[in-house]
Amino acid sequence: MKTSQKVAGAAANYVDERTGAAKWLKKNLTKVFPDHWSFMLGEICLYSFIILLLTGTFLTFWFDPSQREVVYHGSYLPLSGIHMSAAYDSTLHLSFDVRGGLLMRQIHHWAALIFMSAIVAHLFRVFFTGAYRKPREFNWLIGVGLLTFGIVEGFLGYSLPDDLLSGTGIRIAEAILQAIPVVGSYLAFFAFGGPFPGTAFIPRIFIVHVLLLPGLFLALITIHLMLVWYQKHTQYPGPGRTEKNVVGYPLMPVYMAKAGGFFFVVFGVTAFLGAVASINPIWLYGPYTPGQISAGSQPDWYMGWLDGLVRAAPPLETHAFGHTISWNILIPGLIIPGILFTGMALYPFIESWISGDKREHHLLDRPRNAPNRTALGVTAITFILISLLNGGNDIIATHFHLTINGIMWFTRIGLFTIPPIAFVITKRICLSLQRADRDLVLHGRETGRLVMMPNGEMLEVHEPISDAQKWTLTQHQTPGALPAPLPASATVGIKGKIRARLNRANAVQIPAPTLSDLKELGEAHH
Amino acid sequence: MKRISSFRRQRIAGPILVVAALFTIATAFGVASALPNAQLTITSGTSTLVSEGKAIFLRSCSSCHGLNAEGGGIAPSLIGVGSAAVDFQVGTGRMPLADMSQQAMQKKPLYNPQETAALAAYISSLAPGPASVINESLSYERDGNAAQGGTLFRTNCAMCHNFAGQGGALTNGKYAPSLMGVDPKYVYEAMVTGPQSMPKFTNATISTQEKLDIIKWLQAANHEQNLGGASLGRVGPVTEGLLGWVLGLGLLIGAAAWLAMKAK
Ligand code: HEC
Ligand code: HEC
Ligand code: HEM
Repeated sequence: MKTSQKVAGAAANYVDERTGAAKWLKKNLTKVFPDHWSFMLGEICLYSFIILLLTGTFLTFWFDPSQREVVYHGSYLPLSGIHMSAAYDSTLHLSFDVRGGLLMRQIHHWAALIFMSAIVAHLFRVFFTGAYRKPREFNWLIGVGLLTFGIVEGFLGYSLPDDLLSGTGIRIAEAILQAIPVVGSYLAFFAFGGPFPGTAFIPRIFIVHVLLLPGLFLALITIHLMLVWYQKHTQYPGPGRTEKNVVGYPLMPVYMAKAGGFFFVVFGVTAFLGAVASINPIWLYGPYTPGQISAGSQPDWYMGWLDGLVRAAPPLETHAFGHTISWNILIPGLIIPGILFTGMALYPFIESWISGDKREHHLLDRPRNAPNRTALGVTAITFILISLLNGGNDIIATHFHLTINGIMWFTRIGLFTIPPIAFVITKRICLSLQRADRDLVLHGRETGRLVMMPNGEMLEVHEPISDAQKWTLTQHQTPGALPAPLPASATVGIKGKIRARLNRANAVQIPAPTLSDLKELGEAHH
Repeated sequence: MKRISSFRRQRIAGPILVVAALFTIATAFGVASALPNAQLTITSGTSTLVSEGKAIFLRSCSSCHGLNAEGGGIAPSLIGVGSAAVDFQVGTGRMPLADMSQQAMQKKPLYNPQETAALAAYISSLAPGPASVINESLSYERDGNAAQGGTLFRTNCAMCHNFAGQGGALTNGKYAPSLMGVDPKYVYEAMVTGPQSMPKFTNATISTQEKLDIIKWLQAANHEQNLGGASLGRVGPVTEGLLGWVLGLGLLIGAAAWLAMKAK
């Protein structure tokens, strides 16, 4: 043994005798993780969050979160001599007079966009595969929290520079706050420390953006990952994979090496975007002044669907007891998002209430095998996408030669009609795919080779698929039918009737071929 | 300059040049007293130009604007709109109107500069109005203040034309066009005449000096290099979000799939 090895061994032994670390490490470093590209979406969230922490810390060294008025004398000449807030001034300074400052700003913002889109993509993965089912409901709830706080964090982040665009966004946020019945105007007054825009808002959201929410994220992400660790990761169905085992690679060294490498890939992509593509060019927007507004003012995309809903709302107000209730802001700005997010948070519980399924699930669903869930997800996505389109209506109108009014009416009607259509179509596609799976198992793959039988009949040769494939295609259980139909006591009263109806809809499935199906078919063939 | 030299070679160039010289002198006069806002009215001495303009007008404009430019059912009266309006509308190819759609589209101008000048002379002979200008007479380079112009632009123009002058949508399919590459004189004339849905900015709202500031800022915005990388159209977060999803997350998912495949 080399001396270095001896020293290392002795040191390790010293630590182990005092902490019992070896046993703990052995148990945990050999923990197995299943492997699939879609399981790395969560990692993209995690790594872009780390990049946000690092670049954000850099930005705080120069950013001055103050609405004190200053006169600009920096190196960006088109704004020379203009009055602006110290926040805007320091962001210009950071962009043009701090080495690497603009790059850091751009990486920070691109990482934020990727963070949010990765969260959404991760959520889709978790939803469509049913990974949120028992015992992972808590992690789903934490995830919904992370998504919500992510939206807020992003909004506060791009509001900090106090430029014309973000100021416009804050103004809208203020309007939404004010729209809350009765207490709204007090809330807004409280948040801004006086009438809009005041001088208190930027310093306040700065603390929320750099301290409060990141702290909350760190805590929630830690719990999120501890739960993944403790409950073990789910896996896609396949031969040898059961509800009781995990098939994959040990954490050390394979998974760690891959994960570590992947961090640098994420860092590389954000740095690349930050280097080649301008993002949030605040110097073009100009400093915020309440009297100014630009055509095509848009929020970042994760707020864009909200903006789109607000834009689609017809002007509706009621006056009651000396208060004005602005339904046109209240409904799209608070009520609809509230329903969407509450529904999302409760969905695991709703689903298990409908199906009566209280078992643990560690094998993921293939989306087609849960047609109702998949269709519901697509419905929600369609709704959000239409809103998002309307959020960009002015840009879309000018670039595709459409009229804003046309897009607005499309949105108003489409929000109610297209999602249900999407539901029906998706459900049908899922059932067709199930049918295709069934055919594949029973009759094998079409080879395209034709043979002529002695009697002149032409037949296409079908090649049976492998047993492993057959397993993957038939392992699932029909969700609604399990565990057995709902007990009779669960279907009384209105609530029970609704439950029974939903349960029946949920149970619509193409039966997976069984062994006896295969046998029967075999006898028919020979 | 190129346009002028080819123009000089034409046969009718003589009289036109005289008129152009008159124009230049008149406008130069205006600028000297810091005012392209001088209400330049061409009356005597340009009667040939006026009658030439009238001829063109009867031929191609009167069907809509009326035989004496008094306006009709479909088009407004042109009495008192001034040479600036004519120079802007005809010079940018908006008039003669091709189709009665939402908004007069810019086309390749139908008339060359001297025919445009003739039309302008005719219209301004009917009643005084804002005078047309030429690029050279706008001393924005010397007198304009770009930073001030930016502030004015954001206050008065950005709500329709976007913060960077990229244009924007208005209601019912109307739109404010992009101002990139628009000649300074058309910017000036657009401000004083307020074409279609655009408001008129008289000297009471935006002084002549401030107009020069705006033009200077717009020229600077035109030539502004893309700091920080590709500009993504300067339309704000819509294109950024699209790129973030498609290129950002797209590349990362690609990398994840590749890593997962490699491990097999
Ligand atoms: C097909 C009909 C049509 C023809 C032909 C036409 N115009 Fe017009 N013109 C219009 C209409 C309509 C408007 C008003 C546009 C608006 O404000 O929306 C207009 C507006 C104008 C204006 C702007 C008036 C203002 O208040 O600023 C000018 C100047 C003008 N036309 C000049 C001309 C000239 C010069 C010609 C011939 C070369 C011409 N037009 C031919 C329909 C026409
Ligand atoms: C209410 C919206 C609105 C405002 C405010 C506005 N514009 Fe316009 N602008 C328009 C519209 C609409 C047109 C197109 C008119 C047409 O096609 O005849 C236009 C056309 C123009 C053009 C002609 C562009 C071209 O391609 O020929 C210029 C230049 C212009 N505007 C400059 C300005 C400036 C400078 C300001 C601020 C001082 C301003 N506009 C304010 C709506 C607006
Ligand atoms: C800050 C944002 C987030 C981070 C950093 C994060 C991180 C992760 C990571 C690394 C994993 C394990 C790998 C994987 O399955 O992809 C995971 C799993 C999980 N996440 Fe997230 N996530 C975030 C947001 C969300 C959201 C918005 C939801 C849903 C609303 C969610 C729900 C879940 C669930 C249920 C699991 C367990 C999945 C399984 O075991 O199959 N997470 N998360």
